[in-house]
Amino acid sequence: MTVMEQRGVYRPTPPPAWQLRTDPAPLLPDAEPYRVLGTEAAGKADEELLGRLYAQLVRGRRYNTQATALTKQGRLAVYPSSTGQEACEVAAALVLQDRDWLFPSYRDTLAAVARGLDPVQALTLLRGDWHTGYDPREHRIAPLCTPLATQLPHAVGLAHAARLKGDDVVALAMVGDGGTSEGDFHEALNFAAVWRAPVVFLVQNNGFAISVPLDKQTAAPSLAHKAVGYGMPGRLVDGNDAAAVHEVLSEAVSRAREGGGPTLVEAVTYRMEAHTNADDATRYRGDAEVEAWRDHDPILLLERELTERGLLDEDRTRAVRYDAEAMAADLRERMNRDPDLDPMDLFGHVYAEQTSQLREQAAQLRAELEASAEEGAEGAGGADGEESGR
Amino acid sequence: MSTVAAERAAKKAAKPATMAQALGRALRDSLAEDPTVHVLGEDVGVLGGVFRVTDGLTKEFGEDRCTDTPLAEAGILGTAVGMAMYGLRPVVEMQFDAFAYPAFEQLISHVARMRNRTQGAMPLPITVRVPYGGGIGGVEHHSDSSEAYYMATPGLHVVTPATVADAYGLLRASIASDDPVVFLEPKRLYWSKADWNPDAPQAVEPIGRAVVRRTGRSATLLTYGPSVPVCMEAAEAAVAEGWDLEVVDLRSLVPFDDETVAASVRRTGRAVVVHESNGFGGPGGEIAARVTERCFHHLEAPVLRVAGFDIPYPPPMLERHHLPGVDRILDAVARLQWEAGS
Ligand SMILES: Cc1ncc(C[n+]2csc(CCOP(=O)(O)OP(=O)(O)O)c2C)c(N)n1
Repeated sequence: MTVMEQRGVYRPTPPPAWQLRTDPAPLLPDAEPYRVLGTEAAGKADEELLGRLYAQLVRGRRYNTQATALTKQGRLAVYPSSTGQEACEVAAALVLQDRDWLFPSYRDTLAAVARGLDPVQALTLLRGDWHTGYDPREHRIAPLCTPLATQLPHAVGLAHAARLKGDDVVALAMVGDGGTSEGDFHEALNFAAVWRAPVVFLVQNNGFAISVPLDKQTAAPSLAHKAVGYGMPGRLVDGNDAAAVHEVLSEAVSRAREGGGPTLVEAVTYRMEAHTNADDATRYRGDAEVEAWRDHDPILLLERELTERGLLDEDRTRAVRYDAEAMAADLRERMNRDPDLDPMDLFGHVYAEQTSQLREQAAQLRAELEASAEEGAEGAGGADGEESGR
Repeated sequence: MSTVAAERAAKKAAKPATMAQALGRALRDSLAEDPTVHVLGEDVGVLGGVFRVTDGLTKEFGEDRCTDTPLAEAGILGTAVGMAMYGLRPVVEMQFDAFAYPAFEQLISHVARMRNRTQGAMPLPITVRVPYGGGIGGVEHHSDSSEAYYMATPGLHVVTPATVADAYGLLRASIASDDPVVFLEPKRLYWSKADWNPDAPQAVEPIGRAVVRRTGRSATLLTYGPSVPVCMEAAEAAVAEGWDLEVVDLRSLVPFDDETVAASVRRTGRAVVVHESNGFGGPGGEIAARVTERCFHHLEAPVLRVAGFDIPYPPPMLERHHLPGVDRILDAVARLQWEAGS
């Protein structure tokens, strides 16, 4: 049977015989975000996993503060921080197998880094170096996507293609709460459900789309409820509870892998920093709100759990911090070196073969560069007099 | 068999085929030859597409290779991007020119840029087939000439056939291309016929080459797609006026064949660009500028344009006033400063 034939065919029947195509009840999300830490469910959580999550959260937080610092120093053009959202970023990376694909947005460099991508490569876009600093196929990480929600149909198409080829591959696509209002969100979820594509959609509901809060974005009971309209399950999870996010995403990934189709996961979290370094969050939210979320910080929640269970001693904490510091120091050091850019690359990858028009334009730029290099060389010789003369 | 004998045999087997059939055959042969080719679109399955170009493909290759998608153009192209990222070669059908607009964001922000964005690591071999142009009595949204939008986007190839043989050859080449191609199919030529032997298809030409459809010495008509037959007719009519017109069928707007175009205009010294698309901001402005830049000293007159008016596409009962016809083309030729020149 082909992939498409597995879907069955629906034909309308006149009203008395008409019936629902699927039972909506099992698709509905829980009434409250699912939690593990601090609940009974925590007892069943794998200790090794909790430890790994903790190390990654600490590392992730350090990555966020380092990237923010580099932005202030002018080393990054812009940085949309995922501070406060590390549980989602880290869990998204850890639930995937090596062969699976991650589709991140501009806010999700941490997910890529947690998956093992070199932070310098993850940050090329935001540094203003080159749009994508890594080979997406090598890492199974799609380019960071800036036009909101447009990466979602890519994830669906890729997962569908893998299934057509008989490959056991799942795609996990990340999007923000604001992005769920985009048409591509709708189209992607609809295609995924109709094709039963092995995709997991992770919505990080961090409260804001730049300045616009969720109630101006949707009138749905929750973003997870939107799943029902597409005929896929919606899951609502506490996005700052790393264990819960990991569990819910793992289930969704397994379901996709086993042919059960897509899942929409809404993780409720909070963007602790402004939208980016260029944003002023005081214009649209108060300190009290931000402070309230500090008590629900993802690292704090996990630390509390681990400490209560005696899984976190000083040695362990120190080792984790040391690792995070080493990563940050390395990132700082490498980002403080200027990248080596070749302007001729501008023409190298527009098409497989350069058009005659691009060849002409490349020649023009090369001539300009050579002329300015010559001028520079001449200028260097007589610089003293000339410069001071101005 | 000698080439001559082979050609003669092929000619013999040729019977009238329509452009739609040649396009369908190109899809079929591509699907048969390359297992990574997938056709996607609205109604492309059982129905065979609203223009029947995909007729029989689902039956022959199955639903996984020729797929009726949900009705959402951004979704179709967006999922095609993901499929191409995974190594497939999607051929997307947009039902009509104006209904390709919902897919523009995917086309412009992703399809056109992915190779560049990834420094060559992830090219997207996607063909987007778009039936375009007027002259078929279509109501609003069914007759747009949208080529200028595509031309203005670096990273896309823009190809359009005017003959049955080219419909086959250029579509095969487009599907085989590792770059995204917007393949514009002139709707009103879908049912145009030519003797064409599907079993001995013409050589698949690399895209980016214009052809001289008619040689002439007086002036060059630069045109493409649906306007090619109109220009051919105009060239025949011009004989009576004493003009021997050359007709260049551009076939590919991107890449643009400056060489063939400039060579022709240098020979004739005069040029008129003819297209259905609106004149203002249309392809003709770019083409006229390129010709002027390259052939200034050979030109006896300014390069003129015969284009659609700068109006939203008119209702079918009025479209004949909008579309460039033989008379308008000849009027333009008459304005090429014959009295002043040689
Ligand atoms: C199609 C599109 N429109 C507008 C923007 C500008 N923009 C960038 S981020 C953003 C807010 C997105 O909010 P959300 O989806 O909630 O994600 P978050 O930034 O909170 O992670 C906007 C409006 C964009 N990138 N893409």
